[in-house]
Amino acid sequence: MKRVLTAGERVKLARSPQRPRAKEYIEAIFDDFIELAGDGAFGEDRSLVCGIGSYRGIPVTVIGQQKGRNFEENMLYRFGMPNPEGYRKAIRLMRQAEKFGRPVITFVDTPGAYPGKEAEERGQGMAIAKCIQVMSLLKVPTVTFFIGEGGSGGALAIATSDRRIMLENSIFSILSPEGFASILWHDADRWEEACDAMKLTAGDILELGACDEVIPEPEVMDETGRRILFKKVDRAIDRNLKELLKLSEKELLKGRYKKLRDMGKTDVRN
Amino acid sequence: MNPFSEKKSILDSVNSLLRPMRKPAAGGEDKIYKCKGCGNKYTKAILRENHFVCPSCGHYGKLSARTRITTVADRKSFREFSRSMIGKNPLKFPGYEEKIRDAEKATGLKEAVITGTCTIDGEKAVICVMDSRFLMASMGTAVGEKITRACEYATKKKLPIVVFCASGGARMQEGILSLMQMAKTSAAFGKHGEAGLLFISVLTNPTTGGVTASFAGLGDVILAEPGALIGFAGPRVIEQTIGEKLPEGFQSSEFQLEHGFVDAIVKRENMKETIGKIINLHRKAKDY
Ligand SMILES: [Zn+2]
Repeated sequence: MKRVLTAGERVKLARSPQRPRAKEYIEAIFDDFIELAGDGAFGEDRSLVCGIGSYRGIPVTVIGQQKGRNFEENMLYRFGMPNPEGYRKAIRLMRQAEKFGRPVITFVDTPGAYPGKEAEERGQGMAIAKCIQVMSLLKVPTVTFFIGEGGSGGALAIATSDRRIMLENSIFSILSPEGFASILWHDADRWEEACDAMKLTAGDILELGACDEVIPEPEVMDETGRRILFKKVDRAIDRNLKELLKLSEKELLKGRYKKLRDMGKTDVRN
Repeated sequence: MNPFSEKKSILDSVNSLLRPMRKPAAGGEDKIYKCKGCGNKYTKAILRENHFVCPSCGHYGKLSARTRITTVADRKSFREFSRSMIGKNPLKFPGYEEKIRDAEKATGLKEAVITGTCTIDGEKAVICVMDSRFLMASMGTAVGEKITRACEYATKKKLPIVVFCASGGARMQEGILSLMQMAKTSAAFGKHGEAGLLFISVLTNPTTGGVTASFAGLGDVILAEPGALIGFAGPRVIEQTIGEKLPEGFQSSEFQLEHGFVDAIVKRENMKETIGKIINLHRKAKDY
């Protein structure tokens, strides 16, 4: 019998370098993946991997936040924290997907958008806003997997999809637990307490209605564990795409809007 | 690294810089305020006449949402929506209800945004005004819901919508539901836009975090008041990340104009007229 983990333990797992990264899911699940670079305006952002590939014979667009495993990789991928050009690349690829009728699959794994000087100079907030909006209006099916950390607007930017699916030990939070603890209690050391208060585990998020499904994870993330996990994600894509591709464009958009629209609807009173 | 840790203290300091100082002796229109820019003292009546911009140094004082509406809407044209809407405590966060009650007592508002319809220089519009005195106008579910309903109303009635943005960012106590308001509002404004309708976003001091990264950044026309702090990450978070001090004026309205993210900086005294003109310039050719 698996012991129930605390929220703090799940946060540690969500951030663990042992977890498969976006590129490993892409490699395991899609055929003929071709990475497409650049936002077509300023530059290329490696922290957001974008490209096209084949899923069981269906052409799809794939967008994923990429973290590294060692210092060098993390510098290359900026610890999975995209700059505005990353989000603008995602927008470009989403519009392209819509043009060619390809479903979009996204993988969320970021502590948040990069809070740098240049990021602000190049309009980080507005790039995220646009990405959120473009994705919410996209006329093709969209499925999102939270594979590790889902931090703030930087994660939400590629998660306003038809289906948000979280791995058991992934998290989705308004900011880091450390940030939360220091803002509300002026004490970053109380981050584990913040993990509980924030309701950021996959189970909490499902209960709050901000995700649709939670995929159980293998207990050990070894070769076998990873293979099992990839298989589960693969099956979830299959099942969800089959359902979504049956819908008319109108039904698809209506369903997606309603889901976003209902966020917190019952949490207000007149 | 701890990207958001310093945000609140930054916003608090911005807040205290802008809060007019109250002299307890007088009340109402004779109440004396001390300018945070130059230290000169003025009565509320004089400041009101000057749209709460300091007559000597030009410092922009903080406007309450109701006062803001009087500076923009035509007299007696404002009709409020969902006036008494309040949020719940979805995460059962300890002390949250109390915090809301305190904010209500301090501001006379139920939540951090006022929504409704009005005419602006004769042009009919839906208007939303955020009030940073209410928990830093952080975006909780009630804020998201009120703005979304106002936007949906504008879509249904084919009206332009004007949003005066101000926000310290997310409503921490509502966790992920606060974050999802970014998606909800952005989707609603997206539908309004797809219907060919005009959205004017006005950025006031401060507009940061999740509001910048959602509807504030999505206007067809984005205006800003002079000297406002506008950005996604807070200045101290950025300084922490890059390990150096930011230059003077970083993330100001003028900085955002320079970097191409706002269409125009508009003085408070000209705001109503400018918005009226912009709405007027969005009539459809077939309406002639
Ligand atoms: Zn002054």
